Amino acid sequence: MAKHVVARASEIPPGHRKIVSVRGREIGIFNLGGEFFALFNRCPHQGAALCTGEIVSRLESTIPGDYRLSRPGEMLRCPWHCWEFDIRTGQSWCESNSVHARTFPVTTEPLAAETVDVTIAERYVVVTL
Amino acid sequence: MTLQHGAIDCDIHPTVPSVRDLLPHLEPYWREHILRRGLERDNFDISAYPSGSPLTSRPDWRGAGGLAATNLASIQAQLLDPFRPSAAICNVLHGAQMMMSEDLSLALCRGINNWLIAEFLDRDPRLRASITVPIHSAELAAEEVERLAGDQRFVQVLLLAMAEVPLGRRQMWPLYRVAEKYGLPIGIHAGSSFRHPPSAGGWGSLYLEDYVSFAQGFAGALNSLLAEGVFQKFPDLKVVLIESGVTWMPASMWRIDKTWRGVRSEVPWLAQLPTEIIRDRVRMTLQPFDAPPDVAAVTRVLEQLGSDDMLLFSTDYPHWQFDGMDALPAGLPPALIQKILFDNPRATYPRLAALHPVGETTS
Repeated sequence: MAKHVVARASEIPPGHRKIVSVRGREIGIFNLGGEFFALFNRCPHQGAALCTGEIVSRLESTIPGDYRLSRPGEMLRCPWHCWEFDIRTGQSWCESNSVHARTFPVTTEPLAAETVDVTIAERYVVVTL
Repeated sequence: MTLQHGAIDCDIHPTVPSVRDLLPHLEPYWREHILRRGLERDNFDISAYPSGSPLTSRPDWRGAGGLAATNLASIQAQLLDPFRPSAAICNVLHGAQMMMSEDLSLALCRGINNWLIAEFLDRDPRLRASITVPIHSAELAAEEVERLAGDQRFVQVLLLAMAEVPLGRRQMWPLYRVAEKYGLPIGIHAGSSFRHPPSAGGWGSLYLEDYVSFAQGFAGALNSLLAEGVFQKFPDLKVVLIESGVTWMPASMWRIDKTWRGVRSEVPWLAQLPTEIIRDRVRMTLQPFDAPPDVAAVTRVLEQLGSDDMLLFSTDYPHWQFDGMDALPAGLPPALIQKILFDNPRATYPRLAALHPVGETTS
């Protein structure tokens, strides 16, 4: 497992994403209200570019007529078959026990360059795989 | 295959011989109404099961006038005595259920229910019945259910698969509410009130098309109940698909599960696979069992259904689904036969739960 610097944190504001390439693998980096999450850009169903899908909310109801919108902007809908995945966990909503999108640990870290007189103050997005 | 005695037959069809026979069972106002209009001269034969069609009755069961099962003596001689069920559920199919006038529809359905009580239920303790209701008026149907729910011999409410609107629509909910309240499953029988073509593509020319297309009607009715959230709104309601043919179901289950995965957000009350709801809440009567007569094919269908609880024994008497005493399709495993004949009907119909099959002692 090695850490890879993939983006400046400021490149991905809340509610946005960036698809990066790490060692030949495409990974989607998502910013949910300041927290960063990383998903493999491949849908576990049939291999679509999952992370290019629409960022949606969860629509819930126990009985018709009783409607709730929850987890605004925290679900990802696959562009091919519209299966929905939890951006935080990769868990699929329709097959929550058996289908998961692959996730990666992601942190934001300040990086210091080796020169003594220059530091890079901006935060960078770092993915581990 | 011959069945064991004591089975619960979940679908038999007494036939109303003529509207004249209903007159004594009608309220005076409606008796006069019918006579003034001369309606007693028409028997409101339904197009789904025309009395002359070979499928509508086994030839050896037809009476002198060509109709079968018009009286208790015939039903006893042809069904109750030879097959010896512990109970048989009467499902009457009649134009009364689908008349344009909702009030007349209710009046005639009441007459049919009164006729069932007087001519059948009061005269043979093995008989039970579904409540005949005006299928296009949930409000009036609920009224009739309220009138009869105290009579424990009525075990179900009878609808048709294809009516004016898909069965899950909210205008139907008053009926489901009252059915749930009294522990009465909703029985959905094959057929249509022919407000729309039985095939969604338009009107067919021949009975063959209509009859085979009835399976599409069942799929549509079931999809509507699922999508509209009826099973969530009425958590104790059970649905019995009567005379559906059975084998269309596995393909339909796969299609609705597959599609649900992609469009789940429009039906958020379906928080589990639709198939799981079907296996939990939907039951199917056995005859007709539209499968090839070989064990391997039947075994595959049963595996695809994925539940031993779904099938309920039926002869579909007097409809022509089998000959002689062979009421059970070949290829059913013995343990499943026990469930189909006794256990599943008792679990489905709360009012039959106390029935005990032959050889089982009461406690």
